[in-house]
Amino acid sequence: MSKELEFLSRGVVAGKLSRRDFLGRAAALGATAVFANSLLSSAAKAQSPVKGGILRAGMQGGAATDSLDPASWSSQVPYFFGRQWGEQLVQIDATGVLQPALAEEWGASDDAKVWTFKIRQGVQFHNGKEMTPADVLATMERHSDEASKSGALGIMGGIENVKVDGQNVVFTLKEANADLPFLLDDYHLMIQPNGGKDNPTEGIGTGPYKVTVNEPGVRLGGEKFAGYWRDDRGFADQIEIIVINDATARTSALQGGQVNMINRVEPKIVELIKRVPGVTIQNVAGKGHYVFIAHCNTAPFDNNDLRLALKYALDREELVQKILFGYGSVGNDTPINKAYPLYTEMEQRTFDPEKAAEHYKKSGHSGPVLLRTSDVAFPGAVDAAQLYQQSAAKCGITLEIKREPGDGYWSEVWNKQPFSASYWGGRPTQDQMYSTAYYSKADWNDTRFQREDFDKMLFAARAELDVEKRKKIYADMGQMVRDEGGVITPMFNDFIDATGPNVGGWAPDGNQEMMGGYALSKCWLNA
Amino acid sequence: MSPIVKLIAQRIALGVLLLLAVSVLIFAGTQILPGDVAQSILGQSATPQALANLREELGLNDPAYIRYLRWLGGVLTGDLGTALSSRQDIAASIWPRLKNTLFLAFWAALVSVPLAIVLGLLAVRYRNGFVDKLISGLALASTSLPEFFVGYLLVFFFAVKLQWFPGISTVYDGMPFGQRMMAIALPATALTLVVLAHMMRMTRAAILNVMQSAYIETAELKGLRAFDIIRKHAFPNAIAPIVNVVMLNLAFLIVGVVVIEVIFVYPGMGQYLVDHVAKRDVPVVQAVGLIFAAVYIGLNMVADIAAILANPRLRHPK
Repeated sequence: MSKELEFLSRGVVAGKLSRRDFLGRAAALGATAVFANSLLSSAAKAQSPVKGGILRAGMQGGAATDSLDPASWSSQVPYFFGRQWGEQLVQIDATGVLQPALAEEWGASDDAKVWTFKIRQGVQFHNGKEMTPADVLATMERHSDEASKSGALGIMGGIENVKVDGQNVVFTLKEANADLPFLLDDYHLMIQPNGGKDNPTEGIGTGPYKVTVNEPGVRLGGEKFAGYWRDDRGFADQIEIIVINDATARTSALQGGQVNMINRVEPKIVELIKRVPGVTIQNVAGKGHYVFIAHCNTAPFDNNDLRLALKYALDREELVQKILFGYGSVGNDTPINKAYPLYTEMEQRTFDPEKAAEHYKKSGHSGPVLLRTSDVAFPGAVDAAQLYQQSAAKCGITLEIKREPGDGYWSEVWNKQPFSASYWGGRPTQDQMYSTAYYSKADWNDTRFQREDFDKMLFAARAELDVEKRKKIYADMGQMVRDEGGVITPMFNDFIDATGPNVGGWAPDGNQEMMGGYALSKCWLNA
Repeated sequence: MSPIVKLIAQRIALGVLLLLAVSVLIFAGTQILPGDVAQSILGQSATPQALANLREELGLNDPAYIRYLRWLGGVLTGDLGTALSSRQDIAASIWPRLKNTLFLAFWAALVSVPLAIVLGLLAVRYRNGFVDKLISGLALASTSLPEFFVGYLLVFFFAVKLQWFPGISTVYDGMPFGQRMMAIALPATALTLVVLAHMMRMTRAAILNVMQSAYIETAELKGLRAFDIIRKHAFPNAIAPIVNVVMLNLAFLIVGVVVIEVIFVYPGMGQYLVDHVAKRDVPVVQAVGLIFAAVYIGLNMVADIAAILANPRLRHPK
């Protein structure tokens, strides 16, 4: 009983349960009001940080082939570990606002082409050296170098040159970009001594934890760095990441108490996990979304009425309930949702058999429409396609489902075949998302959405420093993609993590799973 | 030279020869794989100049046999090369994994081999009776369950419900011995259950076979106790097939436990190999393949030699 009460009391503090409800439930469990009230106050107290202990995370997404070189990161575990031992110039917070990190402040020239970052003084690297603008410059140089094969190469491509000017670092861009500071939050761009040029895999940064254990694909560990410059994170004495790629093993490790938090709880088991005393499901809306993509330049999908018919023929609510088990939100046929900065609400498109039939008739198309799907397209993609088939049938549209093998799906089907299922991870800004997949000339324009007017708006928004004006342009772009694009977005999937009984300080952050990657630094262990 | 020593020397020489042949196969196999090593290191966006430089650096322009000899030379001197994916020295990164695998296999074998043989002997002693049927039934049931299912059952009861043992078996250097044993308790149990029946049934069958012989009847007529007959007269003559099946299972414990490693998050060789296959890290795959082959050949050689020592007839081939 006490475990259950404790669980409920944490619910009150997290705002998920009212105090009144809690006392009612407590009474039902046979606790006296005094006892219940005292529990409540101890749960509230637990919200102030506690120092010490070893905080452990069990994570999917690590392999023996991982390295400490930030340039090489592409999977969850090295990225997440990096967030604990390294820092970028800036950090996007949970509300999507950019906060200073190793840069104290920044500003742009009027044309948004020259950006100046004032580098923080008195920050130490783990090797005892002080971080300087020269280190920032060297880091940017290393990630711009083709030979580094850095995951940030695409970002650095838009930068003409970087220079040190006293305590400032100045970026000159090839073309205006109002989002440059957001790009520098990229997790590859950890500032390292001499940019990590001397030894890319040494794992030295300025983060709250210094690397003590590096067994790739097995265990990664860090120890609190005594010289860390800020006091609002880094509460545990030690942190440890245990790579647990098997979903069942991950959950049982959390239940057994070997780890304090895990990532990637499968939606279908969330309801079961919720019942385990002491375990809290931490889900947050993210920017990742599942899509059905139709090529706007290939028959029969070059007909906007057919695309609209297909958009109206999809029951988004049903997919969110049956594929994501409610752990997600409906999409609106754009890649953008409220997790993005500068988002504008649009009218939600819903399942509408009449409109679908109307547009279908207008399109003049007849015969089945071939939709390709695969297990790897997104979790539940085959089932989702079948649900889509059924809802489309209600509108008089025949969808023919072809299940493709997972091996080779990304090289042979996605971005090649005219109508297929796929997924997108989020990008930090709308500009990034649209540039990657909706700009006419983008390699990954997987809907073949090629519109000059859209491209013009994209560039205009990128160069616009006035926030309100930018927001307006993005709203127009969203409307255009929604009504004329080739993307059919059924849903945005939540990040679903879970924490054990003693974890304090968890706050939702939809930038990435595990509190935007900062869970081990920002959480603490209640004694 | 005594004939036994000569025979053993012959066997060892044969094993080494076989291993050499396997190394040729492994090398050839990885050469046939589509794609160029330099290309796979540098990725699709590599410039032709960078490719040429890397090919030169890796010696890919030399003929295959020279590269093979260079690789073999490296292996013989303990230099397995550098992993393409993480740029770490392969020998240095394999060694802890191999140690973990051997540690788990050792304890699983230490429990399962004596247990299987004793259970086999008991089954023979009480053959066709209740005890025999119980032992055979339970052993067959535990083998028939897929290993991941056995693993999950153990985790569910002993790690989640009772919390006696940890559900994940991450071990690391410098871990105290007691903790290490706690960590491997569940995977070792799962492995024991998986390999037990095979060895037990083989022991039972081999001894029952011998029990049909005339000299066993003589022993019975002399009035020896049933268990003594099995222990002193039947078992030594049945040892060759038993050793064979034991060695096969030991080899399995070392090279075939990737599923158990995944379920219990045990940092052994299997997961290490799978990770590198996924990234097409050829030098690592070659090295692990060679180690696995050496284990198989080595253990089979031990089985052969044990059989020869146990059975004088094998020492004098016709």
